[in-house]
Amino acid sequence: MDAKTLQARLLELIRRTSCEMPPDMIRLIDKAWRKEKKGTTAKYAFGVMRDNIKLASELSQPLCQDTGTIICYVERPDWLREREFTKAFEKAVVEATRKGYLRQNSVDSITGKNSGTNLGPGSPVIHFHETSAKSVTVRLLLKGGGCENVSTQYTLPDTALGAGRDLDGVRKCVLDSVHQAQGKGCGPGVLGVCIGGDRGTGYVTAKEQLFRDLDDVNEDKVLAKMEKQLVREANSMGIGPMGFGGETTLLGIKMSARNRVPASFFVSVSYMCWAYRRNGFKISANGRIGRWLHS
Amino acid sequence: MLLEAPFTEKKIRALKVGDLVEISGLVYTGRDAVHKYLHDGGKPPVDLKDSIIYHCGPVVVKEKGVWVVKAAGPTTSIREEPYQGPLMEQFGIRGVIGKGGMGPKTLAACKKVGACYFHAIGGAAQVLAQKVVRVPDVHMYEEFGSPEAVWEFEVVKFPVVVTMDSHGRSLHEAVEGVSQKALDQLIG
Repeated sequence: MDAKTLQARLLELIRRTSCEMPPDMIRLIDKAWRKEKKGTTAKYAFGVMRDNIKLASELSQPLCQDTGTIICYVERPDWLREREFTKAFEKAVVEATRKGYLRQNSVDSITGKNSGTNLGPGSPVIHFHETSAKSVTVRLLLKGGGCENVSTQYTLPDTALGAGRDLDGVRKCVLDSVHQAQGKGCGPGVLGVCIGGDRGTGYVTAKEQLFRDLDDVNEDKVLAKMEKQLVREANSMGIGPMGFGGETTLLGIKMSARNRVPASFFVSVSYMCWAYRRNGFKISANGRIGRWLHS
Repeated sequence: MLLEAPFTEKKIRALKVGDLVEISGLVYTGRDAVHKYLHDGGKPPVDLKDSIIYHCGPVVVKEKGVWVVKAAGPTTSIREEPYQGPLMEQFGIRGVIGKGGMGPKTLAACKKVGACYFHAIGGAAQVLAQKVVRVPDVHMYEEFGSPEAVWEFEVVKFPVVVTMDSHGRSLHEAVEGVSQKALDQLIG
């Protein structure tokens, strides 16, 4: 595969991710819309979301104007070098910004200057992992600032919450994070949660859970049960879409755990908004797209 | 119900929490950089008397010499909480469109000057961009960059919900109270 082909495939990945809602999320939003009572502000909010999903796809324009932090995960066979991929991806990002699939979203934290291209130190974010497979797997998440701002990290024990160093303590932190977020993260959201790890890996692992299919079942039986229970409990708080009040506050919780040192017990929560922009594909050495992961 | 320019105090005072409103007229985008700039004593690039400010960092591209809005949903408003109330009072701003709601300082200013907080649906950038029919001008584009610039948006039937009115009522306060009680029961 030459550099131009890779760049074109990556541009299409960015376009689809920004403009097309994954089918698992569409199903959940439709279900939530049906659940809300007629004439409520919540029903109205879900109605606008459904119209927006349809319109963005038809017009091939971003679901949300905040096209967020560009987070890319690459499973890389031997034949693809990191610097080749990075170069192609950066070119695709610049092109996607020019075409309006991405907003100019990279700001110099010292000078306050917007680079205008989405390139700069730390943007885009690319994680590489080696794979023995023949094809490359690329996953992309566009995570807006509103939901990133309400993402949070707790340290157990937490006296104010009465949360101890156990799974019930974890549960209390997660529910508190939903209450704290109210409508500010553009709910109904999905939470990625990591129990344990250090502060850095905790946040990264929490975010990685957002790549999972929303209807999958956690391989860990304890976490699978917690995920279900926490969604039910979060929805009983009545915050509703956009914080308007309503039946559905969260559409899913995806949990994971990392070992921790005895002294630390972090609970990291990554909130993803309803405009759930994630996709990915498998691409072979000859540049053929084998499969879209969420289309 | 319809809310058409000019945005007078009388029209705003008539609105109540829960009203579904469609706004028509000229609104100005303004978010973090411009709120801080004005609060620090900067001169507004447009006349803000009886204006509506839209917390929005849109995607706008120039096609054949004309600005075209590609995506234009609201951004989280609470970041402007330190600035919004004083700016409403200083410049006579009549309304703010945003998402997520604002705090007690802004609510008090809404009551005092006769202003409203209009909640647009966050993430609905296409539905909302369709309501922007023209972009007459842009200000402070060079200084602040595209998302933070002050864009003039001519909107027609722009759909919002009144979640904070000029009578001291806030839907956000109410929902937070209910969810706090529920949380206390769940973790108590």
